[in-house]
Formats: sequence, C-alpha cells, structure tokens
Amino acid sequence: MIAIPSRHRSLTLLAGVVVAQVLLLAVQIKRERQVRLIRVWAVELISPLQRIGSWTVQGAEHGWGGYIGLRSAQKENDAMRAELDRLKVRNAELEGRALEADRLGALLNFRGAHADTPMIAARVIGGSPDSGSQVVNIDRGSRDGLRRDMGVITPDGVVGKIFAVYPDISQVLLMGDKESGVGALLADSRTQGPVKGTGEPLLSLEYISSDEKVTVGEAVLTSGQDRIFPKDLPVGRVVDIKSDPKSPFMKIRVKPAAHLDRLEEVLVLQTRQDLNLKKTPDADTVPVASPAARPAPAAPALPAKKPSDAH
Amino acid sequence: MESSEVYIGPEPHIEVHKYYAGVVPVTVLLALVLQAFFPVYIHTANYLELPLLVTLYFALSKRNPSSGLLLGMVVGLLQDSLSSTPLGLYGIAKTLVGYLGSSLGARIDVEHPIARFLLTVSFYLFHHAVFTLTTRTLLAQRNETYLTVPILIASLVNAVIAMGLFPLLDRFRKPS
Repeated sequence: MIAIPSRHRSLTLLAGVVVAQVLLLAVQIKRERQVRLIRVWAVELISPLQRIGSWTVQGAEHGWGGYIGLRSAQKENDAMRAELDRLKVRNAELEGRALEADRLGALLNFRGAHADTPMIAARVIGGSPDSGSQVVNIDRGSRDGLRRDMGVITPDGVVGKIFAVYPDISQVLLMGDKESGVGALLADSRTQGPVKGTGEPLLSLEYISSDEKVTVGEAVLTSGQDRIFPKDLPVGRVVDIKSDPKSPFMKIRVKPAAHLDRLEEVLVLQTRQDLNLKKTPDADTVPVASPAARPAPAAPALPAKKPSDAH
Repeated sequence: MESSEVYIGPEPHIEVHKYYAGVVPVTVLLALVLQAFFPVYIHTANYLELPLLVTLYFALSKRNPSSGLLLGMVVGLLQDSLSSTPLGLYGIAKTLVGYLGSSLGARIDVEHPIARFLLTVSFYLFHHAVFTLTTRTLLAQRNETYLTVPILIASLVNAVIAMGLFPLLDRFRKPS
C-alpha cells in the first residue's frame, strides 16, 4: 500500500470528503431534460475517450481501405470489368429480344386484325448465297401447308412470293429481285401497272401512261390481278417520277413498304382471298374499301425465276 | 537530524482543548434544532448560521484538520438533510470551514475576542462564497450572489452572536 505522509493525511481526507460530496450532489442534481448531473459528467468524461477511439478506428479503417486493402483492388477491378463485359453482351441480347418481341407483337396484331384470312407466321432463317438475287429462306415448308406462289407479307406490306417449297423450309423471292413482280395500282387514281424489282432498293412501277396524274408519296397497292396477292395490300410509295419523250409511259420509282433489307419474321398468305384491310399502327395508310378499278394495261405474266419445285 | 519524524500538530505554545463527552454532538444537534426553529418565528433569523458557528468553534478549538473537516461534513450534511437543498451543498462548505478553521486554529491564537470576531466574519463570508460557488457551478442557479450588503450584515450579526456563543461553549471544556 502506498504510504501517505502524515502531514498530507488531512489534506487527502479533505479532498476525499469534498469529492465524495460533489459526487453525492451530482447524483441528486438533474440538469436540463431531467438528466442527472452524474450522467452529464460521466458522458462528458467518457466522450473525449470515445472520440479518440473513434478517430483511431476510423484512421485504421482508412489506412486499411486506402492502402493495404488496395492489394485486392486490381483483382476486383478485373472481375468487375469481366462482369461489365458479360452484362454488355447480356444487355445487347435483351435489347434484341425486346425488338423481336415488338416485331412479333406487330405480326400478332396483324393476324388478329385479319383472323378470317388463313396465314402462317414464319421466321427468316437465311438468305441466298447469290448476291445478285434477293432470296430468303423461311422456316416453314410443305409440312406446314405452304405451296409455291403463295404471297409473303409483313404488317408493313408485300415482301414477295414463295418460289420453292421444301418439307421444312421455303424460299421467298423478294420484291426487289429483278425477276420479281406484283400486280399493283396507284391508290389515288386506281391506275394499274406491274411493280417489278430492279435489283436495287427501289422498285419500278411500269406501264403507267404519261397522261396519268401521279404524285410523289402516293401509295401503291396490290391490284389482285396477279392471282398471288389479294387486292389493296401495301406495296410501297412513289418516290420518283420521270417522263420519257421517246416512250408513252412514265418511269416511276417506288420505295417498298416492307423493310426488305431487314426481314426477320413474315406472314405467308395461304389464300388469295381479298383481305379486308384495316389500318394498323405499323402499316402504311391503306384504303379499306377499294373503289371500282379503272381499266388499265394488263399486268404481264410474272416469270418464275426457279420453276423447279421440291415436290 | 537523527529523527525523520516531522511534527505536524498545532504550534507548541497553542493549547488543544478537549470537551466532555457528548458536548459536541449535543451542541451540534441543538444548533441544528434552533437553526430550524428560529426562522419560523423570527423572519430575520434567516441570516443566523448557528451550525456554521458551532463548526467553526470546535474546529478552532480542537485544532485538528481531520476531525475539523469531518465535523464540518457531518454538520453540513445534517443541515442539508433538514433543508431543501441537495445533500452536499452545506456539507462541502462546512467541510472546508472545518478544515481551514482547524488548520488556522493550530497556528494562531483564536481565543481573543477580536480574533474570534474577525474569524467569524471571514468564515461566514467564505462559507457563503463556497455555498454560492457550488450552487452556481453544480446547480446552475444564478440567483445566488457572492457578496451583498445583507450578506455582509449577516456576517457581522453572526460574529456578534459568536462573541456570546463561543465563551459559553468554552465553559464545557475539560480543564487542562
């Protein structure tokens, strides 16, 4: 035990007695909000120690996280980059699926609007290796009831016709092919003429007399004269008109209504029954009722590019 | 020096007084009772501080700091107990009075009436100052003031009373 010098005993006793009474007071006295003074003192005594402890812990955490912990940052960075790449691929995949869903939704709406017309949906699964021809393959064939010369459309408009049928796939000759053609008419004047492919993005509306009044932007519809497509399906719109003094007919360029360069899903018409066309959100404006057709030059017979059929 | 002992008691020429058994507690109790009794009937008796006078008297006479501060503590706590103040307010003040009174009594002659008068005034003011300091510091009560004219008058009144009380208590000393 520590010996207290006798001359300090009374002073020590005094300090002890005074401190004891101060503590006694602190226990009794309540400050604001009814907190006992002893608690206030205790908190004020302890809080600096707590602050020091908190600063120490935070400093240690900062040091660990900012320096020592960085050893694993490179590894985490690599992992996160890999995850980001994977998510980018996944995002692109999902965006593609969303677009596909939109297209399929449009097809479904079109079919729903023409429930009385037999048609079958098909997916474009490939194209022709011949760059000079515009041919695509679809995943439907004779097993699905497809036959040669059936019309192929999208909700936007005419796509082409089936020219070869196999048990599980079929080949579609697109409108843009030089060998392709469809009986058509001008929506406003009802003047008829065949629309032929040119091998280029634009089609050609032929045998329209120079005396006819044709305007750029006018819709071109199927005439039904070719016995392949029903009447009044959208074919495209007039984008260019030229008169040839040496010829009695105009040179009319038509932009296809269907996106022939990016086909993914199509509808195959299983009948030549006239469609009671309704206006769909994605389709070009098409008159529902077709007035009486005016006399026009007959559409020439459409030559079959590949007459051979699998059957 | 051969001896390492240091004399820490009162000065050799100052006499340490002793009292008959029971004198101290009876006097303390009587002072507390009268302190509580007088103000009921005499309004100006609020200035009276009989417990302080008793504490001071025995501290000066016994001249032992330890017993002086303990006596001051007991008297102060009893006074706190009988009043509405928190326990310790009067206790701290009277503990310090007991300690300082004993220390002072051990060094100077406190038997002379003038010395007793001046010591009483001084210790009254000191006691009030400690009480005020404690009240303002711990209780956060700002209504107490360190020195006012009434306090000064009260110190003189208590000193006058001490002039009669101290000789009376001297009668209960044991003969030396």
